[in-house]
Amino acid sequence: MNGKILEIENLTVSFDGFKALNKLNFSLDSGELRVIIGPNGAGKTTFLDIITGKTKPTAGQVRFKGRNLRAYSEHQISQMGVGRKFQTPRVYLNLSPRENLELACNRVKSVWNTLIRRSPIAERRTVGGLLETIGLDHKADMKANLLSHGEKQWLEIGMLVAQSPDLLLVDEPVAGLTDEETERTGDLLLSLAESHSVIVIEHDMEFVRQIAQGQVTVLHQGSVLCEGLFDDVQRDPKVIEVYLGQDAEHVEGTAQDAIRAELAS
Amino acid sequence: MTVQASSERGGIDWVKYRPLLIEAAIVGAIALFLILVLPALLSGFRLTLMGRFLALAIVALGIDLIWGFTGLLSLGHGIFFTLGGYALAMHLKLPQPPGSGLPDFMSLYGVTELPWFWTPFYSFSFTAVAVVVLPALMAGLLGYVIFRNRIRGVYFSILTQAATIIFFNFFNGQQQLFNGTNGLTDFRTVLGQPIQNPGIQTSLYVLTIVFLIVAYALCRWLTSGRFGRLLVAIRDDESRTRFTGYNPTGFKVLVFAISGALAGVAGAMFTLQSGIVSPNTMNIAFSIEMVIWVAVGGRATLVGAILGALIVNFAKSLLSERFPDIWLFFQGGLFLGVVLLLPAGLLGWGRTQGVELYKQLMGQRRVATYPSLEEDPEVEHERKNLGD
Repeated sequence: MNGKILEIENLTVSFDGFKALNKLNFSLDSGELRVIIGPNGAGKTTFLDIITGKTKPTAGQVRFKGRNLRAYSEHQISQMGVGRKFQTPRVYLNLSPRENLELACNRVKSVWNTLIRRSPIAERRTVGGLLETIGLDHKADMKANLLSHGEKQWLEIGMLVAQSPDLLLVDEPVAGLTDEETERTGDLLLSLAESHSVIVIEHDMEFVRQIAQGQVTVLHQGSVLCEGLFDDVQRDPKVIEVYLGQDAEHVEGTAQDAIRAELAS
Repeated sequence: MTVQASSERGGIDWVKYRPLLIEAAIVGAIALFLILVLPALLSGFRLTLMGRFLALAIVALGIDLIWGFTGLLSLGHGIFFTLGGYALAMHLKLPQPPGSGLPDFMSLYGVTELPWFWTPFYSFSFTAVAVVVLPALMAGLLGYVIFRNRIRGVYFSILTQAATIIFFNFFNGQQQLFNGTNGLTDFRTVLGQPIQNPGIQTSLYVLTIVFLIVAYALCRWLTSGRFGRLLVAIRDDESRTRFTGYNPTGFKVLVFAISGALAGVAGAMFTLQSGIVSPNTMNIAFSIEMVIWVAVGGRATLVGAILGALIVNFAKSLLSERFPDIWLFFQGGLFLGVVLLLPAGLLGWGRTQGVELYKQLMGQRRVATYPSLEEDPEVEHERKNLGD
């Protein structure tokens, strides 16, 4: 499948007059992995809320595979092929990892099918394979609330894959992970990107460096500030300024250097 | 791996079904005990009470389904319970054969023609269907309106309470249609047999047990498979299920309707055995009592719901005989005690701390690690191979 999987035009979202997103334009090629960065309050999470149908745009439109998403609700958009991973891992804590994955893997999500039909063998095989991929095969049948934070993050990524979406939206997948877990998560995302379109929102610059092979988008105050390769973006004076705040010139030299070092590391 | 292989080949896998067979055997044994042994142990009065409380256990299962598993605290199940009761009572009040007169109370209010909606209740089969379908439809309709608009949590509970008040006032006010606050009582025959006949009363007792078993099996089936796990998922994180591609509305409406149907059956069986149905069972206190039964027994444990209904009601009847003035305090105290000391209910406690206490009493060493460590297969493997 070629062409754009996601196109966003002139998107504005305002909450009581506050514009969380302001005339944002964005597009994603099929099969692309895009990293979105931006300071706090740049509108990153609202951006995902719009794509998944949680929030409706005030103006502008979002097209997924050429279809305007405004008329669809969350579960319909999900069935069209958009999967979302949340910032804090949201797995069903009273179910086991296997049951979590089975729910996500279910192909026909109607009431009747879920009630009457047993999960087909193909789905159970997929679940078994996924449990191995995310390293939870030996903990498949204990309650998910006994898993560690990192394991929950991985389980949620596994649930995302089980849905077999065309577009994966991943919100800060490495928040609270150790360095080793972070690297493994990066590898996992890179291997997923071979067969899916992926949008990753991230703060951790080290991690962005690991996974950003193509374009990086910088959001600021609800709009796209700039787009480009990670190395170019981090040298962009506009980007450095928004990460430093408006009074970049007046900030103490040490602080400025520290942030610059953070961006360049 | 071998289990998986054999189930993939098809054919009946007895190992897999063994727990289910054992459970069926236990249920059967309890039912036989209730039917054959208990009547010899209890006085006639207590046995009648037992029959009524077993009917109440059916509605407790319905509450557990909607509250314990799906997380929707309904404070309006009195509506569905009473609707089931009225549906059956209307049939019992109509003199047979059809057309041979009006229900006795109607003449008191000067009614000369049977209201149109009473007519179908001449038929017993219609009545039997109505006992299940009327409450289910009512619950489904109410649920659809509420859930479609994504009303959740405490707002759902308040709406169900408001609905209870509306129904209570309606039935209370309709003297000509439903005999108002007195309700329908003084039933004489059921299916041509005198209802006070001991044989009939025994059959009603047995029938209640049969319905309770059917209700239990239905709830077990609903809560065990993928559907049941989705209910738990909706309870724990509803919006997450939307992003996984499920529309929770349909699931919640279906469960609420089934739960209403169970309440209807319970109401009908209760009415048959107590000999009266009145708007009293639509007052809010009764609907809250139902929730207390489930809380005491243990949420999200079907057996707990049944036990809770029986324990609380027997406690209530024993205490109200001995301490007629203050027994309400006991009921409040019981609820407070369970909420504060045993938040998971009696059965929930039994499954966790109870087991531990038993082990301790039997001289086993108490586990002193984190629960996750206790269940972690890696830790278990190390313990087995390397020692503690």
